[in-house]
Amino acid sequence: MEPAIELTGITKRFPGVIANENVSLTVERGEIHAICGENGAGKSTLMKILYGMQPADEGTIRVMGQDVHFSSPNDALAVGIGMVHQHFMLADQLTVLENVILGAEPVLRGGRIDFETAGEHLREVGEAYGLTVSGDDLAETLEVGERQRVEIIKVLFRGAKILILDEPTAVLVPQEVEELFRNMRELKAAGTTILFIDHKLDEVLEIADTITVLRQGRSVATVKPSDVTDRDLAELMVGSELPTPATTGSTVTDEVVLEVEGLTVLDEDERVLLDDVSLRVHRGEVVGIAGVEGNGQAELVEAIVGTANASAGTISLLGDDITARSVRHRREHGIGYIPMDRHREGLLLSAPLWETASLGHQTREPFAKGPWVDRAGARARTELIREEFDVRTPNVDVPTHALSGGNQQKLIVGREMSADPVALLAAHPTRGIDVGAQAAIWDDIREARAAGLATLLISADLDELIGLSDTVLVIMRGRIVATLDPATLTPRDLGSYMTGAASQEASG
Amino acid sequence: MSTGRRVILGLAAPVAALVFAVVTSSIVLLISGSDPLAAYGDMFSHAAKLETLVDLLNRATPLYLAGVAVAIGFRMNLFNIGVEGQYLLAFLVAAHVGSLVSLPAVLHISLILIVAMSVGGAYAGVAGVLKVTRGVNEVISTIMLNAIAITGISAWLIKEWQAEGGVRAGTTTRTGTTPIDDSGLLPGLNGVVEVFTREIGQGKELTGVFVIAVVVGVWYHVFINRTVLGFDLRATGINPFAARVGGVPPGRMIVLAMVLSGAVAGLIGMTELMQTGFYPANPIQSLGFAGIAAALLGRNNPFGIAVAALIFAFLDVSSGVLQFTGAAPREIVVIMQGVIILAAVIAYEIMRRVRERDEARHASAAPAEVPA
Amino acid sequence: MSARLTWIAELPAWARWAAYAAIGVFVLTLVQGFDDTDRLTAVSSSQSMLRWGVPILLAGLGGLFSERAGVVNIGLEGMMILGTWFGAWGAINYGAWWGLAAGLIGGGLGGLVHAVATVQFGVDHIISGVVINVGALGVARFLSSEVFTGYAGGSITQSPRVPGVGQFTFPVLAGGDIGGWSSPDVLGWFGDRGWFFVSDVANVSKGLVTEVSFVTLIALALVPFSTWLLWRTRFGLRLRICGERPEAGEAQGVNVYLYKYIGVLISGALAGLAGAFIVSPELSGIYNEGQTTGRGFIGLAALIFGNWRPLGVLRGALLFGYVFGLGLRDLGGTASHSLLLVNAIALLGIAVWAYSRGNRNNAGLAGMLCVLTTIWYLTSDTVPDWWVNILPYVVVLVVLAFFSQRLRMPAADGQRYRKGES
Repeated sequence: MEPAIELTGITKRFPGVIANENVSLTVERGEIHAICGENGAGKSTLMKILYGMQPADEGTIRVMGQDVHFSSPNDALAVGIGMVHQHFMLADQLTVLENVILGAEPVLRGGRIDFETAGEHLREVGEAYGLTVSGDDLAETLEVGERQRVEIIKVLFRGAKILILDEPTAVLVPQEVEELFRNMRELKAAGTTILFIDHKLDEVLEIADTITVLRQGRSVATVKPSDVTDRDLAELMVGSELPTPATTGSTVTDEVVLEVEGLTVLDEDERVLLDDVSLRVHRGEVVGIAGVEGNGQAELVEAIVGTANASAGTISLLGDDITARSVRHRREHGIGYIPMDRHREGLLLSAPLWETASLGHQTREPFAKGPWVDRAGARARTELIREEFDVRTPNVDVPTHALSGGNQQKLIVGREMSADPVALLAAHPTRGIDVGAQAAIWDDIREARAAGLATLLISADLDELIGLSDTVLVIMRGRIVATLDPATLTPRDLGSYMTGAASQEASG
Repeated sequence: MSTGRRVILGLAAPVAALVFAVVTSSIVLLISGSDPLAAYGDMFSHAAKLETLVDLLNRATPLYLAGVAVAIGFRMNLFNIGVEGQYLLAFLVAAHVGSLVSLPAVLHISLILIVAMSVGGAYAGVAGVLKVTRGVNEVISTIMLNAIAITGISAWLIKEWQAEGGVRAGTTTRTGTTPIDDSGLLPGLNGVVEVFTREIGQGKELTGVFVIAVVVGVWYHVFINRTVLGFDLRATGINPFAARVGGVPPGRMIVLAMVLSGAVAGLIGMTELMQTGFYPANPIQSLGFAGIAAALLGRNNPFGIAVAALIFAFLDVSSGVLQFTGAAPREIVVIMQGVIILAAVIAYEIMRRVRERDEARHASAAPAEVPA
Repeated sequence: MSARLTWIAELPAWARWAAYAAIGVFVLTLVQGFDDTDRLTAVSSSQSMLRWGVPILLAGLGGLFSERAGVVNIGLEGMMILGTWFGAWGAINYGAWWGLAAGLIGGGLGGLVHAVATVQFGVDHIISGVVINVGALGVARFLSSEVFTGYAGGSITQSPRVPGVGQFTFPVLAGGDIGGWSSPDVLGWFGDRGWFFVSDVANVSKGLVTEVSFVTLIALALVPFSTWLLWRTRFGLRLRICGERPEAGEAQGVNVYLYKYIGVLISGALAGLAGAFIVSPELSGIYNEGQTTGRGFIGLAALIFGNWRPLGVLRGALLFGYVFGLGLRDLGGTASHSLLLVNAIALLGIAVWAYSRGNRNNAGLAGMLCVLTTIWYLTSDTVPDWWVNILPYVVVLVVLAFFSQRLRMPAADGQRYRKGES
């Protein structure tokens, strides 16, 4: 039987990089095929080409034995290929049904949408594949797992027989991942071919029938899970030994640096986002916060930084109550912040590097002398950051957007650390950057910790959390529901606490 | 990227815009039966005269101030479309207050300037406060405030403050506010200029407000680029979220930017006020838009705005010539201005994309991040 | 009090609006009685509400289509100006209906410029809009100097008289003709009785059905049509996704650029139609430079006030239209003076409503404004004409100041979109 997909010699160039170089790939019908590689290896680009969102510069695509050329996602859909994106593409203000049928709406005479037929079809698809969603809900009311189901239904609705899933487990906890895998096996049983991108090797080994590894734009190996271990895969991906985040030796002191007591945050509709949260971070300690995205971590960080108002409770820094203080006051008194979304909150993309390096510290030395900007001082400090934190850039005058994501993150980490903070809020500090840079940042955090920095670490990377933290707190629905010791914690256990499958007696 | 390449890319856009504007206008002229070459010829030969140059600088001065006022807002992604209303109100109030007293020149002039800046700043501040406290979009609020200022408040106040018994001799306007005593008028600069050139005829006088405009320009540059507050302002314009997290108080910034913008706008009317001494019943309008145009063409840069102001002043002066020589209808000037803006903005966008691609190619020393 | 209010909120939409309208007329009647005038609910008042409201409605609907597609259109004023010029020119030369068509096309051309600048070249939406506004003025003046100066009665700033498409008075309700037979004027009869409230309702209603221009009918019909088009058809869904989440549309095969273009073109056309209506005899009967008086912007304000929904835009347009219409015909300033009391009552209503929602700031502010307005009302007999002139703008500001925060604009409105950048 003809393979479902045959890619031959795919090459794609962007200004400054070769995203894919002579990549060849064969996916058999009805198999679950995984694509692995670290960030920047070219996985997403390859999938975008396969899905018609980008044209390849060279190479051919054969689907079910036929040569195809895609100029838009519609063409890909026409031959039965559907892509489920990593970042969900749902319009919040439209209903689930509207989101699903968009682009393939059943119409009556005059362009009127046939909502009845559409609803019927939605129900049918949902039942056939075991995915339950309600068509009339507004997309914004859905939780993460449900959103993903809607995304999958979107492509199944159009009769896709080949699904491409882009990092589907990135936002799921272990239990939800199991649910997803169940769905995938059911889809496979119904004859669907699945191609999915993942860099979590244990998952890949569990679910895939075949694995292709990409590295720096090239395909380096195609293997069966039975033939390899995750260490083997990791080495194929990185080409060298994988670093681990494990921290050794305790540097935790008794001095409380950052204290949060009874913190409550409400949204504009008076819904509770943070519910009576209390925690303490000591000098030399890393406190990790684990939780499914959307359970209050963002609000916790925002409240401590000062961009969200606390409706109850107090926040203290070194004994001083800063609850009512401005963001500037908190920053000037030593709160460092590595934001979770660097583009949105961390960078001035069109400004030169040294100005981005001033952000958050622009009122103090060495960036300012009184009311005046100290250019020489700012540049000198930026040079320092460049050297110490290995930010790859020809000089400190280039606009910030010219740097790669990894280097931008290194700049931010460097900026915050070199400002000698008293307490550091690190939200997803290594999200979306390559393994090398990740290891470097882990080292920086560990060093700072040894030097006495108090760190509050938010991360979705459970290995990172367990490896770096001295204490792990689990947040769920705005409350701290568990306090765990990372020394005896596995990601699986942690996931159970995060979803409430396991619980701890309420501690004081 | 080499400096040479940078300069070329930087100039390419405004040059391209100008070329495009000239071509378009020539086409329009041809269609309407005029001779573009004759028109341009008339425009240039007229401009070469010293008196015209003085006239040009006089017109460029308020344009420049308008441009800087708008640019301050633009730096923060705020659209102060209400420059019109702000400057007219400021003009009116300053004219009236100035006419009430007679002080030693330095004090008198300072008073007038301060009043103008305060009124302009306060009125713009209203829009800023509305935006910060009530989320009212500043584009609509400034437009509404404009209308209120022009058709409402000004109309009311001009009646209240109508001058008794006509106005200054030597002017053609019949009504306006009470004229300000000479002590309140900024002296002209002819004396300074005539040191370098011949005597300036035709009764033209280079306005002293020119100096003020230069001072404002310098202040703008220093403030925006060299002070922490200026950094805060720019950062908020580039990325308000990052600025907020970086400690910049967002609400205060918005109001501050609007107030500063309005304060500079308040000075726009000073050119006329310092020359005639009073606020006429029907003042010129449309400097608001010209300010936006100058800010856009000059890319919010103090020097660029100056160049833009000169260009537009040139076009203004020329329209008078065109009417006189009949080479082309004077409306063509307005159309040219519109085309220049649009062409400039589009050209800047294209250049920006080219530059981005260039920089991505040159700057990444490490394996660049691939859209993964 | 709250219990009664929630009961009203439960009714179906049309009943709710009827109730609000009734309350409105009631307030006006009260004030009239207090002030001994009958201008507020006179037939002519509601008639001009409708007339002045139509251009605002059309502009607002235009803005709706554009912004639902994700493009902010500040240039509505300029497109309206083009509409006035082309509408006048077309009507004079080719007849009234062609005038409308020409206005539509003229405005559409403005829309085309805006679309190319923003969609194709990524120019900031506001900048492009502002440029179009002023550019349109220049173009109109230029064209006038070329064309209208050659006509009898024309000049650089105005045109000769413009013919109209004709009006229509409802039979039976307002005594319109049916085939030459003059039907009884039912509403007029009720209106003349002088009965408290009932006559006022009758008068207001009669004004809505007397001498109604066909353009008005078209404009009103566009409201339900727009609702249907945007929420019930494939075209509408695709257009809306461009304003909410264009990347999602792109991923699902929607040609986002195309729909943005269409949205902006429609907005230009509708603004142009508004302009053509302004020059028709129902309103001014002539092209005059500067006659749009900011109604493009007020249309935008109606759009915002209407929370980006057609019915809401109508609501806003009628409100602003009423204020405009009253002011323009009120030479003595007496009706506007009475309107002050209405304003005060409205502000009181806002204060109470805000308070009941726990919003102290708004309540306090509204209360204070209410007091100021009442004082002004009590200490004067008429209002100066400059107040009459600026009242519409003040109303817009007040409305936006109190209601801006409860509104939800399309999520991707005003954002630059480039294909493949997801």
